[in-house]
Amino acid sequence: MAEVKLTNVNKVYSNGAHAVRGVNMEIADGEFIVFVGPSGCGKSTLLRMVAGLETVTEGDLYIDENRINDVSPAERNVAMVFQNYALYPHMTVRGNMSYGLKNRGDSKEEIEQKVIAAAKTLHIEDFLDRQPNQLSGGQRQRVAMGRAIVRNPKVFLFDEPLSNLDAKLRVQMRIEIKKLQRKMGVTSIYVTHDQTEAMTLADRLAVINNGQIEQMGKPIELYKDPKTLFVASFIGSPQVNLISVRYDGKFLKSGSLEIDGFEGLPIAEELVLGLRPEHLRIDDQGKLAMKIDLVEQHGADNLVYGSLEGAKNEDGDDLELCLRLNQGQEPSIGETINLSYDHSNALVFSKETGKRLI
Amino acid sequence: MLKLSWHAISGHLILILGAIFMTAPVWVAFMSSTHSAETLFREGLQAWPGGHFFENYNEVLFVEGGVMKRVTASMMLWNSLLLGIGFAIGKVVISTLAAYAIVYFRFRLAAPLFWIIFMTLLLPLEVRIIPSYEVVAGMGLLDTHTGLILPLIASATGTFYFRQFYKSVPEELLEAARLDGANAWQFFIDILVPISKTMIAAILIIMFVVGWNQYLWPLIMTTNEDNYTLVIGIKQIYQVLSEGGELPQFQKAYALTILATLPPVLVVLVFQSWFVKGLVESEK
Repeated sequence: MAEVKLTNVNKVYSNGAHAVRGVNMEIADGEFIVFVGPSGCGKSTLLRMVAGLETVTEGDLYIDENRINDVSPAERNVAMVFQNYALYPHMTVRGNMSYGLKNRGDSKEEIEQKVIAAAKTLHIEDFLDRQPNQLSGGQRQRVAMGRAIVRNPKVFLFDEPLSNLDAKLRVQMRIEIKKLQRKMGVTSIYVTHDQTEAMTLADRLAVINNGQIEQMGKPIELYKDPKTLFVASFIGSPQVNLISVRYDGKFLKSGSLEIDGFEGLPIAEELVLGLRPEHLRIDDQGKLAMKIDLVEQHGADNLVYGSLEGAKNEDGDDLELCLRLNQGQEPSIGETINLSYDHSNALVFSKETGKRLI
Repeated sequence: MLKLSWHAISGHLILILGAIFMTAPVWVAFMSSTHSAETLFREGLQAWPGGHFFENYNEVLFVEGGVMKRVTASMMLWNSLLLGIGFAIGKVVISTLAAYAIVYFRFRLAAPLFWIIFMTLLLPLEVRIIPSYEVVAGMGLLDTHTGLILPLIASATGTFYFRQFYKSVPEELLEAARLDGANAWQFFIDILVPISKTMIAAILIIMFVVGWNQYLWPLIMTTNEDNYTLVIGIKQIYQVLSEGGELPQFQKAYALTILATLPPVLVVLVFQSWFVKGLVESEK
């Protein structure tokens, strides 16, 4: 039950690398925040600063009203789940879960009680006397979670906890983490590079790029209303289709392709038009013509890949386009189809600044 | 098929010859130690058991001998054991702690210090024996067990092994322990030492054998026969042999040799599974 506040937080490593640049953030009590971004963007560094594993070069960290910049990791009362679980290999599950409590000086009965309770929550009570190397990946993950919840911390920190699991287990654990967090109501920060995980888990999502927060908000807001090209391309799967264009006062032009319906854009500047695969639809009157190269069947829907006629990408090759169709619609390979889209869903960005214009 | 068995035969033949070549001297020494002094003097080394096994071993182990007629092999065994165990434990304690400091504490001179420690490999005891003696004498530790063990326990090899091992321990383990409220000492004792236990066992075994076989340092250090180790004792018996006018007591020398090889062999045999595990295993 804690609020977390970051004011103008910076991290500069001794080799001069500026990993985190002026991050401001307020996390409400019980909120589930996800940091998402490409590898090396500084999201893990930010998380580790909250944990106390990295020092803060500049700025302040608060948990509730207390400034925690110089408080040791243990005294911050946070718990962290690591990507590789970081279970103590020589201790049993019970030992792993009780180690922190023991160091804190809890009594034996108290520890036993808490461990059993946490183990029950995570359905690992049958494994308490096993060692980590006798457990499967999913079970180890649960133990790592158990070690975190048993301390009843103020803040949960997750550092890509699911990336070592197979796809099916990942989805299952994702749901469980979300449920558990809801039930316990503990403020949580979760780091991932997987946008699906980020979208599904987060109450609010912070897209981080180059040490800065590009945009923060509810997942659906970031999807519908991205403020930058980076956010638009990072959120959404499959990725948004990006078409390099210039505006001549009437049309958006790319190669011989001319797209109308846009107003008030800067003329002759390099722009990027973003169209999400799910917003394109087959329409004989549509202005975009696509030659189909590949159809991926995902069960519920089909992803159709092809080249957009007329448009060229920066290397002068045909521009790849992706289109999401319902399961019933399955155009054949080699066919050329016409596409249209809703203007309200089209995104236009300035190429130079990356800022969204429409 | 024929070719294969020919390979098997020649391979085994080489192995058998090698085994005989290695063990024959030990066998001859053991057999000779069961004969009387007269037989050995008249007929030389013996390849088959004689009738004096109990008599000879009883005499070396429990009847006081040496120049001062005061040492027994059991006494020397005890001294050797103390040296071997003290040497092994001392080395492991010092080198685990040194490696821990080098790997986990980012102090300014960690890297140069490590290389300085590593360079001491170029300066074995034999090279620095006079200054070492001087220091130990200055501290008044001549002829004591402490003086015997202390100068030997700094170990570049051990430090190097443990440094490599600690470097391969995932960083997250330390971070998890920090979040669990463990201080530096607790992390070392509760986490690092238990996960390196097979490694520690392997180093202990090697170091015990090395300590047990120390010759030059104990020879220079000890003047009192009460402090002789077995390895020195063997040499002393030969000295008595060549100097005294009595019938040479070769059977005793052989018995001592057998006694001196026994403990290291036993240690390696008993702990060999740990030993191999420690050197090969990398489970963390």
